[in-house]
Amino acid sequence: MSDDHHHHPRTQSPIEQRVHALEELLVDKGIVTHEMIDEFVARYEDDIGPLNGARVVARAWTDPDYRDRLLADGTAAIAELGYGGPEGDHMIVVENTDEVHNLVVCTLCSCYPWPVLGLPPDWYKSAPYRSRAVREPRALLAEMGCDLPDEVEVRVWDSSAEARYLVLPQRPAGTDALGEDELVALVTRDAMIGVAR
Amino acid sequence: MIGDIATTGPTAPPRRNGELVFDAPWEGRAFGLTVALLEREGLGWDAFRPHLVRAIEADPDHTYYEQLAVALDAFVAERGLL
Repeated sequence: MSDDHHHHPRTQSPIEQRVHALEELLVDKGIVTHEMIDEFVARYEDDIGPLNGARVVARAWTDPDYRDRLLADGTAAIAELGYGGPEGDHMIVVENTDEVHNLVVCTLCSCYPWPVLGLPPDWYKSAPYRSRAVREPRALLAEMGCDLPDEVEVRVWDSSAEARYLVLPQRPAGTDALGEDELVALVTRDAMIGVAR
Repeated sequence: MIGDIATTGPTAPPRRNGELVFDAPWEGRAFGLTVALLEREGLGWDAFRPHLVRAIEADPDHTYYEQLAVALDAFVAERGLL
């Protein structure tokens, strides 16, 4: 280990020094690596952002009336929970069932409901995702780890400024005893885009 | 994957628009280090939460990540990692 991590361009607060020293000690002992920590920080900053959307989904799973309102008028039902604003109007919520799996894409650019899902992941903006979601959604989903039984119909929704889609995933089996707050933690961004079940 | 991090209450990391918010790089390092250690130990956030609760109770006026850093020291000591 070089001393590269020990330069002090400015004065660190005591707590900052303490965290820094702890990281260095644990890395020196081989317990963690700087790269592992980098990866976790990035993963939590970039990938687990969509807490607002997760709250919408968890509410719909626990409150049938809310689910009905959400499917009837996504924008209004989402606004009930305090979420909305630019890039968050014209929301249409599509529900997964045993028979239907929904997938959201923006073929033109990268329209994305950021008030509920945070910032779009890089792959959502990529040309291969945008074209293959329409051309061969089943193969694309399988590659992304979402294997669908043949009998499940895949519906692809093309987002635009006039219609932004959010997938309402199916409530996982065996979660009957969980409350809304606990369910929130089970909802992933990928499920709300439709690239995961 | 640590899927059980609190989303509400005093032990929940601060968020803005659903995203975790780090006001300084060291806060992100402290959080990432915590998750990396839990993953390595095969533990969930539940194993860390009691330390966090104690740190919050001990210094309620400190920021979330100051409390988390204190809890992290206690967790490392408890697991005998150093």
